[in-house]
Amino acid sequence: MKHQSDFEAIVLGVSTGGTKALRMIIPNLPSTFPLPIVIVQHLHPHSDSYFVEDFRQCSNLIVEQAEEKVGILPGHVYIAPSNYHLLLECERTLSLSVDEPVNFARPSIDVLFDTAAEVFREKLIGIILTGAGKDGSAGVRKIKKNGGFVIVQNLDSAQVETMPRAAMNAIDVDLVIPLEEMVPTLLRLTGML
Amino acid sequence: MKTTENENIEIEMLLEAIYRKYGYDFRSYSRASIKRRILHRLAISRLKSISELQHRVLYHIEFFEKLLMDFSINVTEMFRDPEFYKTLVKEIIPVLQTFPYIKIWHAGCSTGEEVYSMAIILKEEGLYDRTQIYATDFNEVVLRQARQGIFPLERIKDYTYNYQRSGGKESFANYYTAKYDSAIVDQSLKKNIVFAGHNLATDGVFGEMNMIVCRNVLIYFKKNLQNHVLGLFKASLRHHGFLCLGTKESLMFTEHENDFEAVAGKVKIYRKKIKTLENEASI
Repeated sequence: MKHQSDFEAIVLGVSTGGTKALRMIIPNLPSTFPLPIVIVQHLHPHSDSYFVEDFRQCSNLIVEQAEEKVGILPGHVYIAPSNYHLLLECERTLSLSVDEPVNFARPSIDVLFDTAAEVFREKLIGIILTGAGKDGSAGVRKIKKNGGFVIVQNLDSAQVETMPRAAMNAIDVDLVIPLEEMVPTLLRLTGML
Repeated sequence: MKTTENENIEIEMLLEAIYRKYGYDFRSYSRASIKRRILHRLAISRLKSISELQHRVLYHIEFFEKLLMDFSINVTEMFRDPEFYKTLVKEIIPVLQTFPYIKIWHAGCSTGEEVYSMAIILKEEGLYDRTQIYATDFNEVVLRQARQGIFPLERIKDYTYNYQRSGGKESFANYYTAKYDSAIVDQSLKKNIVFAGHNLATDGVFGEMNMIVCRNVLIYFKKNLQNHVLGLFKASLRHHGFLCLGTKESLMFTEHENDFEAVAGKVKIYRKKIKTLENEASI
């Protein structure tokens, strides 16, 4: 297993069943968690930011909706707004786009993962959780190709298993674990446990 | 690491080459999105490297035109963000009503869906006949489509939904004619719209506008180009003229933050202050 200083950011993609799954992770991370976390959750194009508010209330980390040109910081969780793609720029800032949906999704997990892998290379952890569809599978391939680390939720604990399954089919995943092991695993990977 | 490093150098050189050869300036576009588009074009063209692609771009204008289409943002919809149009009717239209003649610049209009949306709103509010809309884009191909005003019929369901949520007063079907799989916008909506080529990165000011609409364009620009374009908008607006940005765009942390005040912060409608920095300096 890699050493703590090896990682600089986490990207996470989740679709159907996402709110429930994220609730098992985000509120259970300590405020001292050393990596920024950037999340794409598939949302209905017309949904608003209630989802962000919800998590803001119950988390130790600072949860916010991703805004363009904002530099990503440890202790923060950035969630893609609905109807925009979320991308990472080489200055380690976020950017948004209204490009065509990818895999029928906007925001698309592949777009975030692809651009984050360009920036953070082997210092990136990519996580795929429950969901329908195959968004994220090209993204995890890119993360692996650039030397990063990929964790996928195991099928038994996933509310919908197509998305984690597609990720597993795409690459040799580094870790396949149940939802409840996500937090301890992230703490271990970042040297906090 | 090498690949990324080399690719980034190649991308800079490609953008420089495009600027020198064709005059289109993408050098200050946000890189992540541009890079995805270039790599996509590279993959479908079966070229081996961005340098090879640069060669094609320089020597084959048809190939450049393809890349130009890739670079332009052609995704739009009618009444995108209904909340924006609702606020427009409630807060801005009453102010525009007080003018005998209204000039609106829609910058980065793409295929025109949002321009026609604006025309519909103005018509319903009784303002369209005394309004001139200048709708601009750098891409001649999308402008041609915008002028035609023909949209895929399959999108109409979404547009109707958006229109209704925007507070539209009529039946949306009054504004188009369905023909085969197309929806043709009502001719009467076109009469006060001029579609014209204009490049925000390289072209100049449009004078004395009452309102400028430029939504989801600035998100594609780096900070320096955002500042340049906002300066252009400031110079093109009358005092107290309105600036409408995309819902996720903001003047915060730009050089022009203090030249505008928020009228409807949530949907990003601003108004040019009477006292901007330059004015103050000259007093």
